[in-house]
Amino acid sequence: MTVNKKSEFLSEAMFDHFLERHTELPKWLVRQKKKSWAEYLDLPAPTRKMESWRFANVRDLGVDGFRLADPVRELDANSLIEQTKSIQQTAGKLVFGNDDILAEEPISAELRSKGVLFEPLQRAFTDHSEILEEFFMAQESALGSEKFTALHTALNRNGTLLFIPKNVEIELPIISHYWAQGQQTAVFPHTLVIARDNSKVTFVDVYRSAEVDAAQLACGVSTVYADPGAKVEYHYIQNWNEDSLSFNRLTTIAQRDANIRAYGLNLGSKHARSEGHTVLDGPGSKAELYSLAVAHANQEIDQRTLQSHNAPNARSDLLFKNALQNESKTIFSGLIKVAEEAQLTDAYQTNRNLLLSPTAEANSLPGLEILANDVRCSHGATTGQIDENELFYLLSRGISKPTAETLLVFGFFEEVLGKMSNDELAEFHRERVHRKFEPA
Amino acid sequence: MNALEVNQLSVSIDGKRILNEFSLSLPKGEVHAIMGPNGTGKSTLAKALAGHESYMVESGTATMDGKNILDLEVDEISREGLFLAFQYPIEIPGVTIANFIRAALNARQPEGEDIDAVAYYKELYAQMERLGIDKKFTSRSVNEGFSGGEKKRCEILQMAMLKPAYCILDETDSGLDIDALKIVADGVNHMRSEDRGILVITHYQRLLNYIVPDRVHILWDGRIVKSGDKSLALEVEERGYDWIKERLTAGVES
Ligand SMILES: Nc1ncnc2c1ncn2[C@@H]1O[C@H](COP(=O)(O)OP(=O)(O)OP(=O)(O)O)[C@@H](O)[C@H]1O
Ligand SMILES: [Mg+2]
Repeated sequence: MTVNKKSEFLSEAMFDHFLERHTELPKWLVRQKKKSWAEYLDLPAPTRKMESWRFANVRDLGVDGFRLADPVRELDANSLIEQTKSIQQTAGKLVFGNDDILAEEPISAELRSKGVLFEPLQRAFTDHSEILEEFFMAQESALGSEKFTALHTALNRNGTLLFIPKNVEIELPIISHYWAQGQQTAVFPHTLVIARDNSKVTFVDVYRSAEVDAAQLACGVSTVYADPGAKVEYHYIQNWNEDSLSFNRLTTIAQRDANIRAYGLNLGSKHARSEGHTVLDGPGSKAELYSLAVAHANQEIDQRTLQSHNAPNARSDLLFKNALQNESKTIFSGLIKVAEEAQLTDAYQTNRNLLLSPTAEANSLPGLEILANDVRCSHGATTGQIDENELFYLLSRGISKPTAETLLVFGFFEEVLGKMSNDELAEFHRERVHRKFEPA
Repeated sequence: MNALEVNQLSVSIDGKRILNEFSLSLPKGEVHAIMGPNGTGKSTLAKALAGHESYMVESGTATMDGKNILDLEVDEISREGLFLAFQYPIEIPGVTIANFIRAALNARQPEGEDIDAVAYYKELYAQMERLGIDKKFTSRSVNEGFSGGEKKRCEILQMAMLKPAYCILDETDSGLDIDALKIVADGVNHMRSEDRGILVITHYQRLLNYIVPDRVHILWDGRIVKSGDKSLALEVEERGYDWIKERLTAGVES
């Protein structure tokens, strides 16, 4: 039995308690945290009137009832580690439980000798402070989650640093699994990927809960830097349990001729807020942004995106697909912003929603803001139901209705899943989606 | 008992009656052909028997080996043993042929059991070879971008894999070149068996040279107005439908 001291709840009194508990944090970070905590207290809570929270059920977003996480018990830790083994071919893996490191599969000695760093932040804050002081939380929020980002900065104490030096190419994916365990537990996962010039890497964030029915708060930030010529593929799989509240902010920054591919999969949380800001900072850079979501019961999946074109000749391509069942709700709000100097931009944005129930609600808010005059941009959103003829065809082969619907959802998702170059990762996405369609 | 029995079946769409007290008995072991002018209700018969919800059954019965199928759901009818090769097969983006047929076979397995994947692919490839379908098609989306002939072959492939007790082939021959026609006919003939009844809907006597029917029926205005042996198809080919129409309006019963 854990006794929840009042000071562990995410209330004003808690922060000092947090600092007392984590004396391992370096001074520069503590300073940053104090500043962020003050900001967090200062910033207004989201209201529906704010453009960046339009359509969101802001009443779901209170964090007061959540508390700082207890360490995961060893017995549970073993089971969580066991459950991270479905992707076998990896170049490295970290497993976190309640923000503590549970297991490490380090990268090879060869990669280390080339200067690749793959470290839990808890160590990296001290051992590689020169990198962290420059890059940790260096990006501003652009999509409305300033308050939650400040909370993250204040209370984060672990996560992943992946640093790939110039010209180093890593073929197999590197993975971080973040677990949350326990009633009312709050976790603050963080991923920082820095891919130097002409390097190449695939990185995967997996977010999951140990229990199916414990309300948890996950407030995470991920940042990916792709320096000139770098090729980065980034996956995030949001699969917290369906009692949870989650925030995730992803920023990807592409320099000259860099190439970023991001794949998101949103399955979990009672209320998930996911923000993705892609910055095309260098000429010739390219970003492909894909996301799949399955919402059911009364889940709300709220995704906001921004494609910032700051340099000429860059391209960004976004495709977000949502399948909705029952009374669930999705929000997609996407903006393409093209700066005056970003001539010859190619920027596209598509949101497609598949309604599997008449009571589900898909909201779509596409937008363009273009200051350059020589660009190709388009945005589009569609919301539709399962095609009756397709369904009849499947049923007429003896396939049951639920299976037929699942097949059609997979057919709908295949446009994204089929693009993944790593079969094991694609299979992992598929398997997680399949789980969601299995009767509880 | 060992037959697909349709008795006095009336079916309407949007209040318009299409099948009008239609009756037919297709015993296992036999192949019947249905011919008839456009719009007389051939596809309506096929879809109504398959359980399509747009087709309102107003009266009559339809049984398979004595079992009423009119109260069953579409997927249940299929699992009971009825197969419909569509006149216009549907495209299913993102669902591969291999996964589609596998799902259909798994649906026939006991709860929680799946068919053996190795044996499945072995048979799938063998059937594809027989039907002259390239192996690459297994990973293509169902019917998406298929030529007309490829779609029809793919219907026969599904039939061959599912091994239904009763098959309705709705204009499977239309759109096929002569070589494909022979291959498809060969595929159907291969499935002729004492345990299976086959109903071939066609406009062309040509198909019936390859799939020789035991009975030929002429459908007119939602009911069978004339039945005969294979020579009836030849007669229709030569004389068109007008002579039947004339005889009907003159009140001559066949
Ligand atoms: N879904 C539908 N809605 C409205 N009318 C329909 C529908 N399906 C069929 N009909 C009508 O029912 C009649 C019979 O159509 P059906 O498709 O059964 O004819 P058919 O004998 O198969 O013709 P064909 O030889 O051209 O394939 C036609 O008048 C057709 O327009
Ligand atoms: Mg027809």
